[in-house]
Amino acid sequence: MDQIKRNTLNLFEDNDHLTTELRLGLPGSDDQPEIKTTSLSSNKRSSSEMGSSSCMDENESTFSPPAKEQIVGWPPVRSYRKNILQVKKMESDTGSGIYVKVSMDGAPYLRKLDLKMYTSYEELMKGLQDMFKCLIGLYSEREGYNGSHHALTYEDKEGDWMLVGDVPWEMFISTCKRLRIMKSCEARGLGGSL
Amino acid sequence: MGYSFPEEVLEHVFSFISLHTDRNAVSLVCKSWYEIERWCRRRIFIGNCYAVSPGIVIRRFPEVRSVELKGKPHFADFNLVPDGWGGYFYPWICEMARAYPWLEEIRLKRMVITDESLELISKSFKNFKVLVLSSCEGFSIDGLAAIAANCRNLRELDLRESEVEDLSGHWLSHFPDSCTSLQSLNMSCLLSEVSFSALVRLIARSPNLKTLRLNRAVPLEKLSTLLHRAPQLVELGTGAYSAEIRQDLLSNLTEAFAKCKELEGLSGFWDVVPFYLPAFYSVCSRLTSLNLSYATIQSPDVTKIITQCPNLQRLSVLDYIEDTGLDALSLSCKELRELRVFPSDPFVADANVALTEQGLVSVSEGCSKLQSVLYFCRQMSNSALTTIAKNRPNLTCFRLCILEPRAPDYQTLEPLDHGFGAIVDHCKQLQRLSLSGLLTDRVFEYIGNRAKKLEMLSIAFAGDSDLGLHFVLSGCESLRKLEIRDCPFGDKALLANVSKLETMRSLWMSSCSVSLGACKWLSQKMPRLNVEVIDEQGDLDSRPDSCHVEKLYVYRTVAGPRLDMPSFVRTMNQNPAYRR
Repeated sequence: MDQIKRNTLNLFEDNDHLTTELRLGLPGSDDQPEIKTTSLSSNKRSSSEMGSSSCMDENESTFSPPAKEQIVGWPPVRSYRKNILQVKKMESDTGSGIYVKVSMDGAPYLRKLDLKMYTSYEELMKGLQDMFKCLIGLYSEREGYNGSHHALTYEDKEGDWMLVGDVPWEMFISTCKRLRIMKSCEARGLGGSL
Repeated sequence: MGYSFPEEVLEHVFSFISLHTDRNAVSLVCKSWYEIERWCRRRIFIGNCYAVSPGIVIRRFPEVRSVELKGKPHFADFNLVPDGWGGYFYPWICEMARAYPWLEEIRLKRMVITDESLELISKSFKNFKVLVLSSCEGFSIDGLAAIAANCRNLRELDLRESEVEDLSGHWLSHFPDSCTSLQSLNMSCLLSEVSFSALVRLIARSPNLKTLRLNRAVPLEKLSTLLHRAPQLVELGTGAYSAEIRQDLLSNLTEAFAKCKELEGLSGFWDVVPFYLPAFYSVCSRLTSLNLSYATIQSPDVTKIITQCPNLQRLSVLDYIEDTGLDALSLSCKELRELRVFPSDPFVADANVALTEQGLVSVSEGCSKLQSVLYFCRQMSNSALTTIAKNRPNLTCFRLCILEPRAPDYQTLEPLDHGFGAIVDHCKQLQRLSLSGLLTDRVFEYIGNRAKKLEMLSIAFAGDSDLGLHFVLSGCESLRKLEIRDCPFGDKALLANVSKLETMRSLWMSSCSVSLGACKWLSQKMPRLNVEVIDEQGDLDSRPDSCHVEKLYVYRTVAGPRLDMPSFVRTMNQNPAYRR
């Protein structure tokens, strides 16, 4: 075995070594991280400034946060965890949802509608009727178009035009690409025998 | 020399000793053992990167193959440590690149690592095998591309919970076609899409791949393709677990999962559509580890899964599981060792989720092997805590977070001192404890008297006076890490226990009542401690000594005060030799 240097047994080596040590990573080196702009860390700077200053007893934030008064770093949940659930909430609250174009035969302009605002076909119908000031009927084998002049159709992900109302609501909103309010006389061909 | 073993024999004996604590003990026996040990130590663990310098480490241990380093204090996870505080890996890699050409493994936690450092890693170590970056930041996809391109024998690339700048996602294709050594890939933290074809090709040529954790951007429709290429997987993290409702997709996925006969761990499950949950029922009986903590599915769906997992040892869930789900868990999963229940809606006072202290009591009754608990809830009582303690004296880790600070026992409106007292009284092997709720100095008296094996303690919004802190510092013999926020602890306890601080790794105190003057005094009295004051208000020099500091981080070190501090961090060291 090679010659082994004899060192002191003292595990915490003498501080004299420090004066001859290489020092790297000085302040101002390119190792300093940039100020973050990603959404994950949007809390970092501002929230620590929101925290109590040294001479205050109470640690309540002086800024007014959204829901209830939020204390910095409490509850102790990692930011990526908070963001995931917040994203989910945002999607359901503010509806960064499913916007589809809606056309109505004879109307000069199209409209856009967020399907996430509705939870059922009935609600969708109501919303469309309000928007277009018309009466739309859901097709049924027994009653036809229920006496109305318009029928609602949609284009699905495969490009086919389908009658609204056949599939469960959840499936509908995940496959619907656009809506078209047709005159019910033209829609008759979709429904089979009448 | 007649009566000592030849060095080669000792070296051979030492090669069976792997725990760093044991290695440290070995090196203390005598000078020759210290020497022999330091030349044959292959793995180093440094719990605080500022406790020692790269130069000291390299001088003492010249033949290292594996390095593990931790940087920022734990409370950095909750945004309590400002950006730019430190924890840079760069100084380490610069020196290690020269000194350890045969380095194989680097594991970092809460450190800042740049693309430049990653590139240096990839080019400096011919035999580099393992890179684990846990909760790290400072790098981008470009750094990963360098690792992929240059590390010929890469076995493990694990980016768990790191923040990666996702510029343009194409780094997987940088793995050369000749790279077939991959055993573990965890990219779950990446935000942007990766090239699916590159991913498939990589997996197809990695016959030893055991762990694969995808990111959210990998769609469910593509999961079965990946599983078909890697039926030998032991641990899988799915991507987003949602798709349009399609029967054929469900069948494909079910078939793909059924082929994975070695699968023991599942995670991922963002955006779950319950229709697709049955796809993996066939692997449930084998599962030992399940992470559903991103799955916003309701209690019946969660229950349906866990009742099929009799071998489950580790479970992470959201509080959607509710008490009923935890009851089912306690009946079905008798092998459970670790339970983590996260809050679905942490910032709302009343979240409409029927999860109470009762769920945890049930699990403590039914799961006799339960050792580790992390539990977020909205109410707790002393009687529940006492029941849990009596049921489970084998607990080693108990972290309770009652969401409302200073919440009392909801039944009696008393502090929760007795409940936590029961925990430390019955659970004699307790190593880690996090407190919450309304607590007086009394709970710290219990902890100081009883928690003799406690190594890490987290305290928030608790206590009445310095006495509380004093009990802990003077009583907890095994204490290594103490982190405190928003407690009325001040100078007296700290200054009465200065020597204790050198026996610990670190102490964190934020929004407490420690004065600037005390910090200066502490620092002068204890030259082998770095007493760091973190204060973002900017006028530290002109403040009176009586003023309270925002944040205090004290740690033992043999490297002296660090030189990479930002302006809002000061080491209270008066020694002019360290001033530059």
